[in-house]
Amino acid sequence: MSDRKDEAKQSSMEVFFNGLVKENPTFVLTLGMCPTLAVTTSAINGLGMGLTTTAVLVLSNAIISLLRYIIPNRVRIPAFIVIVASFVTMVELLLEGFIPSLYAALGLYIPLIVVNCIILGRAESFASKNSVIPSIFDGLGMGLGFTVALTAIGMVREVLGAGEIFGVPVINKALGGISSLLGRQEPIEYIPISIFVLAPGAFFVLAALTALQNRVKRKMQERGQNVDKIQSGCNSDCASCSDSGCAHRFVDVNAASGSVANAKNDSL
Amino acid sequence: MFKVSSNPHIRSKDTTARIMQYVVIALLPTTVFGVFHFGLHALLQVLITVATTVLTEYIYDRCMHKKISIGDFSAVVTGLLLALNLPPSAPLWIGVIGGVFAIIVVKMLFGGLGQNFMNPALGARCFLIISFTSIMTNFDCDAYTGATPLAAIKTGESAPDLLDMIIGRTAGTIGETSMIALLIGAVFLLLMKVIDLRVPGTYILSFVIFIILFSGHGLDINYILSQLAGGGLMLGAFFMATDYVTRPVTKNGQYVFGMFLGIMTGIFRIFGPSAEGVSYAIILGNLLVPLIEQFTKPTAFGKKKVKKEAV
Repeated sequence: MSDRKDEAKQSSMEVFFNGLVKENPTFVLTLGMCPTLAVTTSAINGLGMGLTTTAVLVLSNAIISLLRYIIPNRVRIPAFIVIVASFVTMVELLLEGFIPSLYAALGLYIPLIVVNCIILGRAESFASKNSVIPSIFDGLGMGLGFTVALTAIGMVREVLGAGEIFGVPVINKALGGISSLLGRQEPIEYIPISIFVLAPGAFFVLAALTALQNRVKRKMQERGQNVDKIQSGCNSDCASCSDSGCAHRFVDVNAASGSVANAKNDSL
Repeated sequence: MFKVSSNPHIRSKDTTARIMQYVVIALLPTTVFGVFHFGLHALLQVLITVATTVLTEYIYDRCMHKKISIGDFSAVVTGLLLALNLPPSAPLWIGVIGGVFAIIVVKMLFGGLGQNFMNPALGARCFLIISFTSIMTNFDCDAYTGATPLAAIKTGESAPDLLDMIIGRTAGTIGETSMIALLIGAVFLLLMKVIDLRVPGTYILSFVIFIILFSGHGLDINYILSQLAGGGLMLGAFFMATDYVTRPVTKNGQYVFGMFLGIMTGIFRIFGPSAEGVSYAIILGNLLVPLIEQFTKPTAFGKKKVKKEAV
């Protein structure tokens, strides 16, 4: 119980930025890789997928947080899945009704949001342990972090693989401008590197952006800014924690005293 | 006084740089033939690609504060092999993009020479084929127009004269057309003991057996020879499948590796949609190397093979 009171001290903004930057679900936690790699062929698809997931995440986090004392611990996973699945069904029907083009582009990956590990992961490690307001902000932060990541990946892939951003052929326009400045009759045409809109390109871009993110993070650390993760909503010492379902246990459970988790908490 | 040092006391003179230089020398006949056959643009393509790979490796080492590793000539070999795998009419920036990709993504990001899991030149070639399909499969150039021999055979047109194919007077990538020039280089490498026949021998043998069995042409010697001489089989078998880094180290593993390449090349050529499949076959084989080595680990002298006990 004392943990939950400690959690309340975290401000909502801190939780929000935690998901957006420090624990970005794609670049830091590397969760939800299936939609990340599959739907980011263009910026608009990435944005649509990200916003859809955000909506589901906020709603499911709120409901799961409200029900956290009612759901028995042993059947919590099926309970979470039922809640998430209902919201996904709602979102799917809404998309089909109002944005059919996005619905067609995302296709199978909308129902698959049910098993997106970001949503289940946040339910398990944050919403089921915190009160409603922080849970909503956590969902918002994580969802927007996911959206930003997906849109960024989609933009890079679209620019390199098709020469466009959000469907606007920016590179050819720029090249056209340059060639008319140079006085060339025929504008220089951009030949797209089509591997970037195919599957391998997703891996290249994800790896490159993650590396970039790590570099920025290291620079921030050198300047003395605090970039520690807020250990996914639990502030306690893992070795004496009673939560047997927590993923962090796999890291620290057999470590000697002064384990990673403890050291992290001291620095916070 | 006596100098005390730990073993080894006798060292071979073969350094990495020396072996790589031998490979470059062995590739010269086919490069010269390619330039002679396809014209000046091919020479420019080769020079620019090699310059790109070497320069990229230098800049990467410089930026990452590593020891400058271009002295081992491996970047030269990579650039040369990549250029020989490009169509003669391809624009020069193709070689530049391919060279940068080969060195940075396939080789240096994995730790440089010795750590790359895939042949850099072939990785770059496949990257280029997927990205710029129309450029990479267009073999028309000033010197020669028409389909490659393999494509002609595949579509049922009359294949070029067999003698032309063996000499190399056909369409194709810069370095793959001349079987004779490639074999001269291969014999040189075999004589200098840079490569041995284990991988290329089993590769070519299993490929021949495969096409005899499955191509539907049976023992037609003309067909078999044109399959051997056309396309990149000779270049791949002797110069790229034998890459020290990306072939198995165990002897039995090398036989398995060669057999796998032969069968995969046969499958790609006969059943696949495109006429050529050597590069994809070798890349797939490269990825399987750790697995092959695991299964063909030799037992140390004096040790008995451990039999699995019955449960």
